[in-house]
Amino acid sequence: MSRFSLFLLPAIGFALAGCRGWQSALDAQGPQASELAWLFWIFTWVLGAIWLAVMIALAAALLRSPASRPDPLLVNPAQDRRYAAVVASLAVATGVVVLVLTGLSVVSQRNLFRVEEEAVTIRVTGRQWWWEIRYEEADASRSFTTANEIHLPVGKPVKIILNSADVIHSFWVPSLMGKQDLIKGQENDIRLVADRPGIYRGQCAEFCGLQHAHMGILAVAESQQDFERWRDAQIRPAEPPGDPERQKGQAAFLTQPCIMCHSVRGTPAGGKVAPDLTHVGSRKYLAAGTLPMSRGNLAAWIVDPHGIKPGVNMPTIKLQPDDLNAIASYLEGLK
Amino acid sequence: MSALARLLLLVLLAFAGCQREERSFRADPVATESIEKVALVPLSPGPSGPVTDTSGKGKEYENNAYHLAQGKTLYKWMNCNGCHANGGGGSGPALIDDLWIYGGSIENIVQTIREGRPNGMPSFRGKIPDDQIWQIAGFVRSMSGNVPKDAAPGRDDALHPRPAENRTPEFPPVSGGAPPPR
Ligand code: HEC
Ligand code: HEC
Ligand SMILES: [Cu+2]
Repeated sequence: MSRFSLFLLPAIGFALAGCRGWQSALDAQGPQASELAWLFWIFTWVLGAIWLAVMIALAAALLRSPASRPDPLLVNPAQDRRYAAVVASLAVATGVVVLVLTGLSVVSQRNLFRVEEEAVTIRVTGRQWWWEIRYEEADASRSFTTANEIHLPVGKPVKIILNSADVIHSFWVPSLMGKQDLIKGQENDIRLVADRPGIYRGQCAEFCGLQHAHMGILAVAESQQDFERWRDAQIRPAEPPGDPERQKGQAAFLTQPCIMCHSVRGTPAGGKVAPDLTHVGSRKYLAAGTLPMSRGNLAAWIVDPHGIKPGVNMPTIKLQPDDLNAIASYLEGLK
Repeated sequence: MSALARLLLLVLLAFAGCQREERSFRADPVATESIEKVALVPLSPGPSGPVTDTSGKGKEYENNAYHLAQGKTLYKWMNCNGCHANGGGGSGPALIDDLWIYGGSIENIVQTIREGRPNGMPSFRGKIPDDQIWQIAGFVRSMSGNVPKDAAPGRDDALHPRPAENRTPEFPPVSGGAPPPR
């Protein structure tokens, strides 16, 4: 094998591996994403085929032996007419291809933004550098706020209202839907459906500052029963801690600056500018997809958030070491 | 002055701007609250003014665009807005004017936020980390134009209720004012 193919083969392998997995527009898991993936492949194949045809024609023209080339001074009306016909029909074909592809994207766009009666409404507010998530119900007592993780029932249309609290962000869960911007002072709606249960990762897709790269979101698609169970649990306020260590943790948490920014429903902590921590222990990740949830990572985050996400809007707060462990254990238990 | 010297001076001047937005995210994790001995009134017994003794830390915050911008965000997040509105005053006194009941230097403002003041200003010690208190105090000074213009915030996440801080004319602090009647 040549040096070149030695290098090329793994590269192609890696590129294709990128098409599967929990964050890929080509691994469509719902009708909206399928629409986009379909459009992507149509464009790729049609344009790829045209490119190939042009390259072959060019190669043929370049490789033709000089002897077979006609004398440029010779006038041959029949041949000139033939050439003119070929060039004209290729020009028409180009126009047709452009028109057809335009038509396809228009139809796709309409399908993508077709309005269906939604089963769930989620308001997602972008903040530097995390996602505030509010499930909105007509019955206000069943509305609740969480962060960085949305759950959706499989097969049901979900309406997502997008808004920002500071700069422009963009909501993008590639396996479910294309990008849509979150803009302060404007509400953008998207609708999406997840066809299969699974966990799909999303990412802020509009540069929004220092920690833009660490602004991930998780979409968990699950059966209706699992979804209802999750929602009922999220609606409930935090359970008071049972064991002494967690009680100590709660007491420490409530006397620290934490409560100026964070809420834990069922306690006096009522801050509204940072992730709601009422059920933080039930989330799979911490700090917008930056660290897996665990007691160790909670403690690491609390003691030095800027070591993990430099510039993050959570200050370094001086804590006694045993308070730190107690707080981490308290938060981990908020399931 | 030769052309070369002038050029050199110009380059040096350009570099001086670099400090403006030097970002230090993490406050010293072991430092304790600095000691700021301030005077709340300009009066003193005897011919000399009141004796004050400050750590000098204030300059670091007042002249730095990052700290001032963070202060601006925190001013809303910590609900200073709730009582002082956007600086024009509500149940608390106005902060955009030149009148200060408890002194308008950054150290005085830091002490006001740390300790609280008797006629209705809560003490934020232990509620806001000290580093953030300094950032907010710097921002409060920018509301009356008392920080360098090139460091003062120029934008707002919402509509501007008044000209941005970097366009606010300077109102040097004067002793006076009174809490709004309740
Ligand atoms: C000035 C406001 C502020 C204070 C005070 C504050 N935090 Fe935070 N905290 C934030 C912000 C903002 C985030 C989101 C950071 C991000 O992901 O970009 C956050 C994130 C977190 C998270 C991760 C939440 C999640 O769902 O990923 C935990 C846990 C947390 N903070 C705990 C604490 C604790 C414990 C304290 C007190 C010792 C505290 N915070 C004090 C602003 C604050
Ligand atoms: C509960 C209402 C309330 C909140 C919240 C509040 N203040 Fe005040 N503030 C007051 C009142 C009332 C006074 C006047 C106190 C007095 O005269 O004794 C005051 C005084 C002050 C002063 C002194 C003004 C002067 O003329 O010397 C400053 C500075 C100040 N507040 C800044 C802040 C900042 C910064 C915050 C947010 C961290 C804040 N305040 C939050 C009510 C409040
Ligand atoms: Cu972003």
